[in-house]
Amino acid sequence: MTDLLAKLPPDPLLERRRVVQLMSQKTQRARSLRSGLFLSLLVSALMVAIIPLFFVCAALVQRGFKVLSWGFLTQVPQQPTLMQQDTIGGVGNAIIGSLVVDGVAALVAVPLGIILGLYLSETQSRPATALRSITEIMTGLPSILLGVFAYVYLVLNMHAFTGFAGAMALALLMTPVITKAAETALRNVPRTLTEAGLALGARQSKVSLKVVLPVAAPGIITGVLLALARAIGETAPLLLVMGASIQYEWNPLHPMSALPLMTFNYSSAAYDSQHAAAWGVAIVLVAIVLILNVMSRLVAAFMRRERH
Amino acid sequence: MISSKSVSGLNGHDFTRGVMPRVKSGRFYSYVLRGSAVLFSAVLVLFVWSIIRQSWPAWSHSGLSIITGTNWAPADSQFGALPLILATLITAGVALLFAVPIGIGTALTLNYIVPPRIASPLTVLVELLAAVPSVVYGLWGLNVLVPWMSTTIQPWLAGLTSGGWPFSGNAIGLGLVLASTVLSIMVLPTIVAISRDVIAAVPRDLIEGALSLGATRSQVLLKVVVPSAKIGLLGAVSLGAGRALGETVAVAMVIGSSPSMPHSLFSLGSTLASTIATQFIDSSPQQLAALGALAMILMFLTASVNAIARALVQRGVKG
Repeated sequence: MTDLLAKLPPDPLLERRRVVQLMSQKTQRARSLRSGLFLSLLVSALMVAIIPLFFVCAALVQRGFKVLSWGFLTQVPQQPTLMQQDTIGGVGNAIIGSLVVDGVAALVAVPLGIILGLYLSETQSRPATALRSITEIMTGLPSILLGVFAYVYLVLNMHAFTGFAGAMALALLMTPVITKAAETALRNVPRTLTEAGLALGARQSKVSLKVVLPVAAPGIITGVLLALARAIGETAPLLLVMGASIQYEWNPLHPMSALPLMTFNYSSAAYDSQHAAAWGVAIVLVAIVLILNVMSRLVAAFMRRERH
Repeated sequence: MISSKSVSGLNGHDFTRGVMPRVKSGRFYSYVLRGSAVLFSAVLVLFVWSIIRQSWPAWSHSGLSIITGTNWAPADSQFGALPLILATLITAGVALLFAVPIGIGTALTLNYIVPPRIASPLTVLVELLAAVPSVVYGLWGLNVLVPWMSTTIQPWLAGLTSGGWPFSGNAIGLGLVLASTVLSIMVLPTIVAISRDVIAAVPRDLIEGALSLGATRSQVLLKVVVPSAKIGLLGAVSLGAGRALGETVAVAMVIGSSPSMPHSLFSLGSTLASTIATQFIDSSPQQLAALGALAMILMFLTASVNAIARALVQRGVKG
């Protein structure tokens, strides 16, 4: 066998393969070393990316927890004085303010976002495409611009800083997020369901509302929760239009306070007790945002299990 | 023989009806859908108009000197926004300098190195980074990072250039460096999320082809994955840039709020967005108009960056 091979004229392809193999063997160690180095660099990039989260959480827990108490959550704020530097009261006004403002914003944004999602998922026309790109660009615009918008139309015309103006700015912030989520969820509903409904003679509206929308509901709920989480933490637009209130204020047509505003104001306030309170508010804020995020994830996971 | 006329009009029956069933859409329903689309478009137009209207007196009064002027002194009715524009660009640029390699590295790690079982909880952590409200980052920067910056990082940086540019001046913690640091953390999740989508769209064949030729994993990533995802990655970076340019509250809390020309990375500054946030309340009508002009510059900047980014990402994901 070997004699036979030796007698054959050398195969150029085989020859080249041998050279390549030799070369690759020669560089293999260097290449795998370089590869290992690069991969460990990538893994360390991941670690560097996540470390700040732990630092932020550690600071929140360390500085925020000691301020938290039932009174801190339910009382209204008090201005510390030189004599009584530690009387800061609570942040009940801001909790109620956030609740009302985000509630009103959701009342506007959720239906509007879902309807727009329905429109975009069912329409292929040119205006629909344009609206889709504009909403996508909207989600990237700085939120403070929405504050200017609410100021020009609501604060100037109503001659007052109101919670309502803040709510409208937040609604405009939430709508594109919900629209995008709703459109994606609605588009992912199998086309056969729609066709089955139509074949039974149902109108498009009935099919959309009774067949497609329920199937897409988990995806839409996920989007709504994430939009709410984003709105609750948003400070910039509220800064321009909300004013402030140190009382329990349920009426959105009056100036109101909100949790992120409270954090912002306390962080640059005069007394140490107020700086500490800023961390207390921050931990409440982060807790709410985290709960909303976890809920949205649970809904998404539930949806995935339903599918399979 | 049947004439063509009699076929198409047989008993006045429309044959296309059998092929393409007419869907009754429900008139009210379609009105509601279209109506809300029109309503929302109108709100968007009003939104853009509100910012133009708010800034109009400033443009007609000072013209383009708002963009080129170097002195922002509302008390003297001087509204030159160049220092603010520069600080905005510098902080966003420096933030990206860190966030881009770390973000793309993270995306590569999550998609190709770490097994999926570990990658998905890590992804959740990176996404949570985006969920933290910006005011909390500001608070953290102000209380935790400032002392660390002024005692450790800034002296070290100054040592690198022995006190020269760009690390000259007093190390007081607050300022452009701190703002860039906080921004880089805040834009990271955006870059990671979009980069992952883009990288995941790289055709599997390319990667397998390179592997079968004996390429190492780093060669596959650097010479196949990254080059073929180039455009989409650029889009991810641009989206991060858009976010960094417009970030308001966290920057306002840590940048030191001083609208002077930035001389070094240690100097205090003010960005477009942070100036609007900190000066809007208690402004004279004239200053409000100037702040409106800042908002308009900011809108133009971020909208164009975002539009470019969207186009790039779409091209990247489609491949």
